[in-house]
Amino acid sequence: MLTSPKLDYALLAPILIILATAILGVLVEAFIKQALRARLQLTISLAGIVIAFEQLYRVRNQGSSMAAITSVSIDGAGIFLQGTILVLAFVGILLIADQDHFAPQASALPGSIEEAAALESGRAQTEVFPLTLFAVSGMMLFPVATDFITLFVALEVLSLPLYLMAGLSRRRRLLSQEAALKYFLLGAYSSAFFLFGAALLYGYSGSLSLNGLTDAIHGGGGNDVFLLLGIAFVSVGLLFKVGAVPFHSWTPDVYQGAPTPITGFMAAATKAAAFGATMRIFYVGLDAAQWSWKPIISVIAVVTMLFGAIAAISQRDIKRILAFSSIAHAGFLLTAVVSLNQSGLAALLFYSVAYGLATLGAFGVVTLIRDSAGEVSDINRWLGLGKKSPLIAATMSLFLLSFAGIPLTSGFVGKFAIFSAAYESGNIYLVVVGVLASAIAVFFYLRIILMLFFADASNDSVSVVIPPLLTRVAIFLSAIVTILLGLAPSILFDVAQNFAYFIR
Amino acid sequence: MTTSTNLVYLIALPLFSSALLLLLGRIADKWGHIFATLISASVFAVALIEFFAMQGRDGLARPATQKIFEWISVGSLHVDASLLLDQLSICFVLLISGVGTLIHVYSIAYMSHDHDRRRFFAYLNFFIAAMLLLVLGDSYLNLYVGWEGVGLASYLLIGFWNQKPAYATAAKKAFVANRVGDVGLSLAIMIAFTQFGTVTFAGVKEGAHGASAAALTAIGAALLLAAAGKSAQFPLQSWLGDAMAGPTPVSALIHAATMVTAGVYLITRSNFIFDASPTAQLMVVSVGAITLLFGAVIGTAKDDIKKALAASTMSQIGYMILATGLGPVGYAFAIMHLLTHGFFKAGMFLGAGSVMHGMNDEVNMRRYGAIRKVMPITAATFGLGYLAILGVPPFAGFYSKDKIIETAFNAGGAKGILLGGAALLGAAVTAFYMTRVIVLTFTGTKRWDENAKPHESPILMWAPMAVLALGSVTSGFLLSSGGALVNWLQPIVNENHENHAEEFLPPLVVSLMALVVIAIGVALAVFKYRTVPLVAPTNVSVFTKAARNDLYQDSFNEAVFMRPGQKLTSGLVKTDYKVIDGLLRMIGWIIQTSSTAVRSIQSGFVRSYALIMVLGVLALVVMVWLVTL
Repeated sequence: MLTSPKLDYALLAPILIILATAILGVLVEAFIKQALRARLQLTISLAGIVIAFEQLYRVRNQGSSMAAITSVSIDGAGIFLQGTILVLAFVGILLIADQDHFAPQASALPGSIEEAAALESGRAQTEVFPLTLFAVSGMMLFPVATDFITLFVALEVLSLPLYLMAGLSRRRRLLSQEAALKYFLLGAYSSAFFLFGAALLYGYSGSLSLNGLTDAIHGGGGNDVFLLLGIAFVSVGLLFKVGAVPFHSWTPDVYQGAPTPITGFMAAATKAAAFGATMRIFYVGLDAAQWSWKPIISVIAVVTMLFGAIAAISQRDIKRILAFSSIAHAGFLLTAVVSLNQSGLAALLFYSVAYGLATLGAFGVVTLIRDSAGEVSDINRWLGLGKKSPLIAATMSLFLLSFAGIPLTSGFVGKFAIFSAAYESGNIYLVVVGVLASAIAVFFYLRIILMLFFADASNDSVSVVIPPLLTRVAIFLSAIVTILLGLAPSILFDVAQNFAYFIR
Repeated sequence: MTTSTNLVYLIALPLFSSALLLLLGRIADKWGHIFATLISASVFAVALIEFFAMQGRDGLARPATQKIFEWISVGSLHVDASLLLDQLSICFVLLISGVGTLIHVYSIAYMSHDHDRRRFFAYLNFFIAAMLLLVLGDSYLNLYVGWEGVGLASYLLIGFWNQKPAYATAAKKAFVANRVGDVGLSLAIMIAFTQFGTVTFAGVKEGAHGASAAALTAIGAALLLAAAGKSAQFPLQSWLGDAMAGPTPVSALIHAATMVTAGVYLITRSNFIFDASPTAQLMVVSVGAITLLFGAVIGTAKDDIKKALAASTMSQIGYMILATGLGPVGYAFAIMHLLTHGFFKAGMFLGAGSVMHGMNDEVNMRRYGAIRKVMPITAATFGLGYLAILGVPPFAGFYSKDKIIETAFNAGGAKGILLGGAALLGAAVTAFYMTRVIVLTFTGTKRWDENAKPHESPILMWAPMAVLALGSVTSGFLLSSGGALVNWLQPIVNENHENHAEEFLPPLVVSLMALVVIAIGVALAVFKYRTVPLVAPTNVSVFTKAARNDLYQDSFNEAVFMRPGQKLTSGLVKTDYKVIDGLLRMIGWIIQTSSTAVRSIQSGFVRSYALIMVLGVLALVVMVWLVTL
């Protein structure tokens, strides 16, 4: 006798709404004439996100570990992260709305006649909206999934659209497509490790769910080799997604090649989702085996923080600098993971919002700095921009200061929360390394600010385009939140603390 | 103890007026000086009201307090911004506001040609406010605020004509020397707090009873350092001569009558510390005795009338400090000398200013001579001040200075003879150099510059001089008749007649001795300066040269403190640059190099990325294996 599974639709609704909106987007792409498409897609996407957020807000206090049998656990951390991802997606779509960044026909070979024709026709790419929403649905599922099959599905649902989106850049098509291919290959590679690890853990515990895994560890008697290799391989998949060393290699190339709004969205939202899932797997599934993975993740955190900060110094391309900066930030967030306490979780939740919005804002600014051939990401050509466009340069500086963790910005509060959680858990050496890495990182953040404000403009310097309204809104929102959370962090921090719990 | 609500006006009025004049700027140019003078006069009026109110109360009810607000409340440190007006502070309040007002009036005329007269008056009012806070604070910390305030006012006023680099340097010198003293005051406050847990005068007094001798000596020494800085006592006296760069009214008010006597106030106020520590007292009398001779000797060689008077100030304050070190009997005489000195020295400074005013700002006494004929009023008031400082009865100085000499002799034993002898010798030298000033300036033959057309000063200038001269004549008699001041201050300084030492010599003998040495000093000066060369002779004895050079105090300071200090700082800068910065640059270089090195890992080839991942996986597996060991 087969009974139909009982699903808690109210709790699943936010994910389902996003999925439905994405499917609606596909239909729009197929049936609505081109002139209307862009606006319609934008409206639908934003509306879908708002409705999903509204539903999420409505169920914010109803946690359940049985939302979809045992596969999904909607709890405080999950709801907060889903909300974070929706907010980041909303701001990201405001940036994506500037169609100038996307190839008119992504399927056309670079330099081919088809591409030239597509360019000439003035067509614009709008598949990017449903693709984004599909990715968002995967991201929302990833941090709430509690068995390895659902985790894997979520991982792929979030990854596949991103691979595509990375190749959509209008300019420097080859670089973009190369980035997409690299991302895809390495992503598939790491997914394989993840799946292999899941299989080993199943072999160890006889269960796919995180709770089953915990029970098996407590029960003992399994084959420890399976457990340990399983943990190592699952970690590879997760560490790849968050861009931790030594699984970070894709980050700079993909960040550089992808269209800048996509880079911003990817950097901000993927990190929130992947760290949410990492946190859940380690806290819920592997807490009992922390003796085995905690030292390893700590080492990776140390290496990642230092590598990101050091490698960024010799970079000349703003998008690569931000990529290495995101690697360093992944290291900081791993510090929160190994804290293994409630304040570590709260810090991670706060940080994902603060860092995500600053990242979106920074990439938003990058989209504005152009010459006749499009975006200019070589920072040597940004010299003296502060004199020509003080407002834009000041905004960029604000985001950089937030990355650097300078007080009165959200980044400072986030870092402080993470380091104090790590200190609380006794990982003082991680705090020391974290502070050192932050100090190194300040160098390249401040160097950019120096170049903006204290250098004279060179001959081949760039100009700032008048930002489209939605880009302006996105940057403005990010800047406001960055300052607001720096001045009054408790607005969000109290919420993060209330939501910092997992339901087994 | 009485609670008063008026005390705050003493400080608030001049402070407000000062801020107003500074903020309004040139708008207030027309009436600023009048306004400031009226404010100063009203402060004097409040002080008089408070004085008579205090006289009306008796005994323990005399001191009045007012809590303005709770200032500091951190841990165990609680300090209120409270004012205390007792028998000691009222003397100062009356002196400061009274002489201050006279000098305001005088300055209206004296500064009438100055473009920045309003600013000058704003600073003067600020000084009055700060000085009153200094003497009205009920704790060392409140006093400290005023102490720093007068230091600032002094700096601003010495350098009032800072367009002349020498004057700006003089202001800086005064400031730096004062800072050295201020360190002493802050040390004293800190030691007091650690020892007694409080910084109020009452609290420290209570705590001093049971305190260790070492702590009391340390506090006493620190307080003495502070007093030496502010009151230009040895070894921090070198700034006072240069401070004469300020406008003459400033020299009269700040650098003669009031601010420089703050050290005497500080020691008298802290009598409970010094009375309990004979070592500290010994330091005090030594500093006083040395300075009174030091100043007097310098005074004999100065041709600049203001510098001669400044040396005299230093010397006279030396008398006061000496008196405060003599225990309970000395305090009242120190304060008495302080008050009489306030009258006669301020009067003489104003007289000097009056002469300068008529002589195109000439300060060299060798270019004066026979001025009494053209400036009779100035000469008369100056002359009365002269008689007072000499200690000729019945002028003011006689009552105060003789008492100090007498008390010094009474200190007993070799100490008494030494101190009394020094004080007596000082009196003789004082007679010499003051007579020299009189002879060079007011009598003898004209040695004026061709352009000089000396004339008597306007009434706004001579009226204050006349009032001060009146004080020079009568104040000593009034303060000492029937032991008026001694009795008045008795509750503060704990003087009781039982602890009077054996009299070394009868008072009459001391007075006669003093008069004899004074007469010798006068006669010597008159004889030596029958003729005065226009240019100071150069073939003089080493002693004269030393005196002209302030007994080489500046050279000493420069050789011992300034140059090694400069070497130290330049050495530190070098160390900072080479070692500290070098280390940082090396770290920066290491990071930069390693950054370039890791850059090569980022080859752009997806195959090498995959390889790195494989190596990463291997590393993870190895680490997993390691942790299970």
